[in-house]
Amino acid sequence: MDFRFSDEQRMIRDTAAAFLAEVSDSAAVRAAMATEIGYDRQLWQRICGEMYLQATHIPESCGGMGLGYVELVAIMEQMGRYLLCAPFFSTVCLAGNALLVAGSAAQQQEYLAQIAAGELTATLAHTGVTGEWGAQGVTAVYRQRAGQYVLDGKLRYVVDGHTADLLLVAAREEGSSGEQGISLFAVPAASAGIERTWLPTVDQTRKLAEIGLSGLAVPASALLGEAGAAWPDLSKTLDLATIALAAEQMGGTQRVLDMTVDYTRERVQFNRPIASFQAVKHIAADMMLKAEVARSAVYYAGCIAQEALSGDALGAELPEAASVAKAYCSDAYFANSADALQLHGGVGFTWEYDVHLYLKRAKASEHFLGNGAHHRERVASLLLDTPNA
Amino acid sequence: MQLSFSAEDEQFREEVAGWLQRNLTGEFEQLKFRGGPGDEHMFPQERKAWEQKLAEGGWTCVGWPRAYGGRGCSIEQQVIFFEEYARAGAPGRVGHIGEGLAGPTIIAFGSQAQKEKYLPGIVAGTELWCQGYSEPGAGSDLANVRTRARFDATRNQWLITGQKVWTSLAHESDYCFIIARTDPDSAAHQGLGFFLVKMDQPGIEIRPIQQITGTSEFNEVFFDDAECGADDIVGAPGEGWKVAMGLLGFERGVSTLGQQMLFQNELDEIVNIARDNGAARDPVIRQRIADAHIGLKIMRYNSLRMLSGSEDGSLQQEALIYKLYWASWHRDLGELAMDVLGMQSEILEAPPYELSRLQSMYLFVRSDTIYGGTNEIQRNIIAERGLGMPREPKVQIKVQDSQ
Repeated sequence: MDFRFSDEQRMIRDTAAAFLAEVSDSAAVRAAMATEIGYDRQLWQRICGEMYLQATHIPESCGGMGLGYVELVAIMEQMGRYLLCAPFFSTVCLAGNALLVAGSAAQQQEYLAQIAAGELTATLAHTGVTGEWGAQGVTAVYRQRAGQYVLDGKLRYVVDGHTADLLLVAAREEGSSGEQGISLFAVPAASAGIERTWLPTVDQTRKLAEIGLSGLAVPASALLGEAGAAWPDLSKTLDLATIALAAEQMGGTQRVLDMTVDYTRERVQFNRPIASFQAVKHIAADMMLKAEVARSAVYYAGCIAQEALSGDALGAELPEAASVAKAYCSDAYFANSADALQLHGGVGFTWEYDVHLYLKRAKASEHFLGNGAHHRERVASLLLDTPNA
Repeated sequence: MQLSFSAEDEQFREEVAGWLQRNLTGEFEQLKFRGGPGDEHMFPQERKAWEQKLAEGGWTCVGWPRAYGGRGCSIEQQVIFFEEYARAGAPGRVGHIGEGLAGPTIIAFGSQAQKEKYLPGIVAGTELWCQGYSEPGAGSDLANVRTRARFDATRNQWLITGQKVWTSLAHESDYCFIIARTDPDSAAHQGLGFFLVKMDQPGIEIRPIQQITGTSEFNEVFFDDAECGADDIVGAPGEGWKVAMGLLGFERGVSTLGQQMLFQNELDEIVNIARDNGAARDPVIRQRIADAHIGLKIMRYNSLRMLSGSEDGSLQQEALIYKLYWASWHRDLGELAMDVLGMQSEILEAPPYELSRLQSMYLFVRSDTIYGGTNEIQRNIIAERGLGMPREPKVQIKVQDSQ
């Protein structure tokens, strides 16, 4: 038992941190977030071509680095810390994991290899207009026709959906409900029958889109796994993505604390740095508690995600570990951002200071893939909805 | 990162579990799940006998070096021992203050003679210890100790006068380790001594404190020229604070996982009640139960981080927040227990004031956020040591009654 980063994992984290500190400073984030595509294509090429971050947990057989989920989590933490604007989460954590979990060898060779090479961006579109995260959220439908699948429906809240090259689309067989009848399809975003609309968002640092499907015809080779039986794979994909998102949230949770400590040590009122007032220190202490507890939850979940991907025994804990991490990190990130704004006083309310960027990212990330209440209910169901032994 | 234990450690786990299963029987059966926090006053004699049973099996002081009679267990094995101990429902240890505090202090700072005199009794489970730090005027401000120790050269004894408070198990203990002022003109951390004092003597009087639970685990201890041998001061006069605080830096919390097993037992009981009485259908209660479960899960992960240690042995951030985290979590669990029970939570087991386990827990947890550094003191420590925020400027405010 050794619950620490290895030297190699620490090096990966530190290298990512140093790179992101340079390329994802406040000016870079603000420039990217003001655009419709939401990221700097040249920076994305550097991330992929110089740093190979997108290749981290993609198997070597597909041209990736073949590292583990803990390494990915360590990188996501840094991306959250620096509020990176890039199609990394969508391409690697949503689409990449879907392909890893549900893709055939041929699909992995085709798409994961392109992702690893930095030649393809991708995303996962699964929830409909209601924005529900469970199986019932899948509302787009498909029917089989002449060896093809024809898809119709509207998918919303698709991260980078307006810019991704490849869409992994969840749809259900017409007339099915619940966890039955769900299928996953890999579809080039430029296909006829797909209409993509950017949805302007309060949090400008991560872009969302709506995807309209009308009579979209895809070949049988676009299907991931077995028709109508994709829910377990989709659910596992969402759990893996949830852990990556929690890592990003944890990085932000820590960053707003760091910003707050720096600011309160400099800001003088009543002839003292305000950091010397207990009223301020106690809030900061609670913020540190949340950041450290979030860290413990995320690192553990990262280990479990790795076990789940490599088929090891503790992998069965994946749904619970994902919900534990996401429930805690969602609440911790928003609470810390809100406290950070409060302790920054008036300047925290200005567009000029970065605190609001984190506050907004925190709320958006909290809702995406299910908020604290959603994940607590998932845990409650595991605990309470079986009869007493 | 590696989450699983080695095969060797898993074998050790079976050894511990097997021993407990064979020995926590007969006269000791009644001790299962007894004697924990809030229940420490129960079965003192039987738990003393259990302590010696443990010693026979070599299961006291498992983390101490073999040279001092310990079992020399690795951190992993200590974790396993405490987990299995709690899982088996083995009783709260009456020897834990000697094993966890007095002994390690003597090992780190004591003389050879003190080691030979005191350590064997702790290992054998025959001599129990209590702790004399807090005083009426020295709670959060622990260095404000008023108890005095004056050396009487003619009797070759230290004579101790003053009052200690919140001393658990005082009436069951053979010895007490205390900090007392060796220099009467000193203040705060200066001029203190660390003494090992025999409890059974005319200069010591013990008075139980009745708590909000109606029970009395804590005591006041009055010292009136109580004697302490010249050889029974640890370190030099004036070094008492250094000795008293010395162990904190090494604390990695091996017993925390055992404590969490007790918490898990409590939470399991609450979950079972909720399923039986329908509270599990209340969406607000469901959220709170899930929140408690999540909080306890992460408490374990946090401990695993603590136990894995930092690269350079320094006190880590996750260790700094631990007390505030578990104490606040446990306090909330007490409220949850009562809210799951609903009106039934009001009904006593028996008059005049016999509480159920969960009722007792609900009340006792109010002390968790106070003893061992209040939540407020913990937040100061976190902010100052963890975040490097400045201390409050010292201001002199005249206090009318200096006591």
